[in-house]
Amino acid sequence: MSATPMPKTALPKTIQFRELLSVATLRLLIDKIIKMLALPGLGILVFLFLWQLLANNIITSLGQFPGPSQVWEQSKSLVSEHQRERNKETAFYERQEIRNAKKIVADPNAVVKIRSYTGKATFLDQIVTSLLTVAFGFMVATLVAVPLGILCGLSESLYRAVNPIIQTFKPVSPLAWLPLVTMVVSALYISDDPMFDKAFLTSAFTVALCCLWPTVVNTIVGVASIDRDLINVSRVLRLGSLVHIQKIVIPSAIPLIFTGLRLSLATGWMVLIAAEMLAQNPGLGKFIWDEFQNGSSNSLGRIMVAVLAIGIIGFILDSLMLALQKYLSWDKQATLR
Amino acid sequence: MLKNNYLEISQVGIEFPTSGEPFRALQNVNLAIAKGEFISLIGHSGCGKSTVLNIVAGLYSATEGGVILQGREVDEPGPDRAVVFQNHALMPWLTVYQNVELAVKCVFKKTKSKIEIREWIEHNLSLVHMDHAIDKLPGELSGGMKQRVGIARCLAMQPKVLLMDEPFGALDALTRAHLQDSLMEIQQQLGNTVIMITHDVDEAVLLSDRIVMMTNGPAASIGEVLSIDLPRPRNRVVLADDPEFNHYRQQVLRFLYEKQKNPADRKATAA
Repeated sequence: MSATPMPKTALPKTIQFRELLSVATLRLLIDKIIKMLALPGLGILVFLFLWQLLANNIITSLGQFPGPSQVWEQSKSLVSEHQRERNKETAFYERQEIRNAKKIVADPNAVVKIRSYTGKATFLDQIVTSLLTVAFGFMVATLVAVPLGILCGLSESLYRAVNPIIQTFKPVSPLAWLPLVTMVVSALYISDDPMFDKAFLTSAFTVALCCLWPTVVNTIVGVASIDRDLINVSRVLRLGSLVHIQKIVIPSAIPLIFTGLRLSLATGWMVLIAAEMLAQNPGLGKFIWDEFQNGSSNSLGRIMVAVLAIGIIGFILDSLMLALQKYLSWDKQATLR
Repeated sequence: MLKNNYLEISQVGIEFPTSGEPFRALQNVNLAIAKGEFISLIGHSGCGKSTVLNIVAGLYSATEGGVILQGREVDEPGPDRAVVFQNHALMPWLTVYQNVELAVKCVFKKTKSKIEIREWIEHNLSLVHMDHAIDKLPGELSGGMKQRVGIARCLAMQPKVLLMDEPFGALDALTRAHLQDSLMEIQQQLGNTVIMITHDVDEAVLLSDRIVMMTNGPAASIGEVLSIDLPRPRNRVVLADDPEFNHYRQQVLRFLYEKQKNPADRKATAA
């Protein structure tokens, strides 16, 4: 009799324990959902509400300032415009092919001409152009900035020699560079079969000139602040300069190099839009300018779509850099943000 | 050549430039060390112990005098004078194995095959009992373990002199004792010549063949040299109750606290 109650009391206890466990995990899960989804969601909702409220009260010469719903409509129409344009393009090439085939059937020696489609660049085309431009400009800047930063970080004398130049060019606005870059590209890039468009190069080099500096400065700081002990280890081992840079300098400086690269990419993306707008070079900046000149009742909505697209793309670019940094970083415990 | 002249520090002095008068850290430092000898440098902080070590390592160059190792003057750092740093100085992005490999490849790239290099790295890590953590990053190891790897890296270079800059200073007492025992065992086995900086009197007496006691700076020099004639292997527990051991301890303590009062204390009493 006295031995039987044992399992009876033990069983509810385990159930209780399990319930407790599941409640705890559930709470953790809810916590996570709140942190990851609910709070950002709430922030966005409040923003949309305030936006709509403000938009209702602003009347411009081009009509009411676009609220979230108009912008949503415009973004849909921009996408469908893009699809229409693509359909036209395929239709054009189909017609051309049929025409050429007929020509060859009629006369096997006929010379057929293949013309490429020259339609209007759509919003999505402009995004692609802008992305390619910023990628090229950023790549050029990185290829110059990281080696320059490493050299200046390693040599105090070189740093002293170069620093005034860096500090002078760092605050220069892209718009100041633009006319010079345009003229220099036109003068120097002469080719019968150009690989790149001149406008593309102008935008890209303007981007490069402006987004060089954050990477240079951060790389210098990263390289100059390497642990003295590690440098002494390298000296004791008599590592050659290249091995020293490869094995000690770059891994040490990589967190700050990446900080610089992320700042550079963000700067580059901002600079690009301004450059495209001013120079009428293809890209998102040109799209905004064209819409502004167009001045239809939809223009402001379409510009707002571009504004949001620029922001979201900038955010995505930074996230990509962060992912790359996390992948390359040796310290997997470090919190990167 | 005399046995004692394996490593010779003669008439070494050094001045560091400052904004005003140059600061003279060392003056007339003379010391001859035999092959296989274990030397401790002891003195109050700021007395220039580390500076002596750095000059032997070639990381600093002496203003006057010089260091001769096996008949050749030391004029730059090199792997024949490996340095164990106080804070391990392991590359945090390299695993334990890669850290030792970096050093081994610098020294033995031409003389050892790939397999020999691998075996040599593993051998040295097992000497310091770290062969179980070969693929760990330094960040995953405790302070004592990191210092063991630091020692393995230096041992693997087969240096003519092993220079240790307060190697156990950053460790807790128990870990320090373990590492001291390991070091004694390894030194007994391999016969390394060691110069170790310490400010721990027990450590100096337990490990050393000779203790070099330095006077306070500026213009610090060697005050006294004490030979420790205790038989090896030495056991810390047995020695704790050994009158001879305690006598040596007392001599070092007397030098440090009576003859060379801590400069900080001296200021305090003056005020």
